[in-house]
Amino acid sequence: MIEVVDLYKSFKNHEVLRGVNLKVEEGQTLALIGGSGKGKSVLLKLIIGLTKPDRGKILINNQDISKLRGKLLKQLKERCGFVFQGGALFDSLTVFDNVAFPLREKTRMKESQILDTALSELARVGLSGAENKYPSEISGGMKKRVALARCLVMKPEIVLFDEPTTGLDPLTGKAIHKLIRDCQKSLHFTAIMVTHEIPAIFPLVDRVAMLYNGKIIASGTPAEIETSQDPVIHQFVHGELEGPISIQ
Amino acid sequence: MVCFLATAFFWAVFPPYLLRRIVKQINFIGVKTTLVIVLTGTFTGMVLALQTYYALVKFGAETSLGPVLALSLIRELGPVLSALMVTGRAGSALTAEIGIMRISEQIDALDAMALNPYKYLVIPNLLAGIISIPLLNAIFVVVGVWGGYAVAVGLTGVSSGTYFGGIRDFVSAKDILVGLYKSLSFGMLITWISCYKGYFTGYGAEGVSKATTQAVVLSSVTILIWDYFMTSILLT
Repeated sequence: MIEVVDLYKSFKNHEVLRGVNLKVEEGQTLALIGGSGKGKSVLLKLIIGLTKPDRGKILINNQDISKLRGKLLKQLKERCGFVFQGGALFDSLTVFDNVAFPLREKTRMKESQILDTALSELARVGLSGAENKYPSEISGGMKKRVALARCLVMKPEIVLFDEPTTGLDPLTGKAIHKLIRDCQKSLHFTAIMVTHEIPAIFPLVDRVAMLYNGKIIASGTPAEIETSQDPVIHQFVHGELEGPISIQ
Repeated sequence: MVCFLATAFFWAVFPPYLLRRIVKQINFIGVKTTLVIVLTGTFTGMVLALQTYYALVKFGAETSLGPVLALSLIRELGPVLSALMVTGRAGSALTAEIGIMRISEQIDALDAMALNPYKYLVIPNLLAGIISIPLLNAIFVVVGVWGGYAVAVGLTGVSSGTYFGGIRDFVSAKDILVGLYKSLSFGMLITWISCYKGYFTGYGAEGVSKATTQAVVLSSVTILIWDYFMTSILLT
């Protein structure tokens, strides 16, 4: 279970998060929506411990990640996975080596086992045959799949997705969403997904939370969010230009 | 910057030691700079021989050409020029590589996998620099002495025996140690500055470009300033 309690984070006097409260139950997938540049990715990076909050708590299975150091933080991170917006693939490594990287660095598996595990993970994301290509030689959709395979190869309990379908055509985006959902069903991880695919993402997630003005202003089932009468949520979800949200 | 270096050395003590990555970086910083070092070392030795000969001949001291040239190369030119060559070839590349890894979130990806980025990106480069640059300095000095020999014996008529005999008589172990200490410290300085600038690069292509320029300029200037202090300390 992930619980964020009264979380604040600012960069150079610019307060990005102003008291975020959020709860994700074990095995659930939560879609985190909100305007661009409003702190969604920052929130994900805080949850996985890539950056420290100014104040507040981030509880992962009742352990506050913002207070952990050294070995305890490492152990907690090992149970989490992060799929970055651009994939963050190691560009000097092949697709196979990218997926095998965490296995080589974090486990004592033999090379033959690593080969089998990485290839089966690539097969799961539909990338059999692309293992010898470099990230620069594959499409955006394939990069997202490799990033997903690299993340899932370590069987994380929690996976954070930062806009996993940004920059992809609608069909590829839909395929990635379905892939994430299928992986979630088979691996039973808890997931938070930052996304702008509204309302396409709604059938694929358990809950939706909206970040606005540095706070979670609503959290509920996709149906509740979609039918919300709150003017901010209504304007954002339906993509209306007129309303309380000013377009910058 | 000091905190960055201290953190790197702190993590260097703990396993895993990533020997394969250190060897890879020795290949990148050291082996792949060898040709540049051989070329610059040879021609530095040659031009130094020519200039020194015409200066010494005015005082009738051309027999001192060998030791003067060797001492200049061992104490000063070898360590400084080899360090500057490494800065231009490998230091800039290190900053650019680490900088691109930073802006494309590859460093965050390492961190998210609970892998220490210092262990993968900083420590191997620091150790590779400390190991490679003294060796490159040794190559620079050797080829420089032979380049000087070619000019001294082939063009100016100084005898082979006079040239090498003078070197044997006047070059002491202390001179070699001075060069070694300098190149060891330069190795650390170059990789420290290059890794730091890449690790904390600005945003986008412009940020990486600025970081790379800053790394080369700062490394080069620091090498020359540090060289003065090292010389004043080691020669007293």
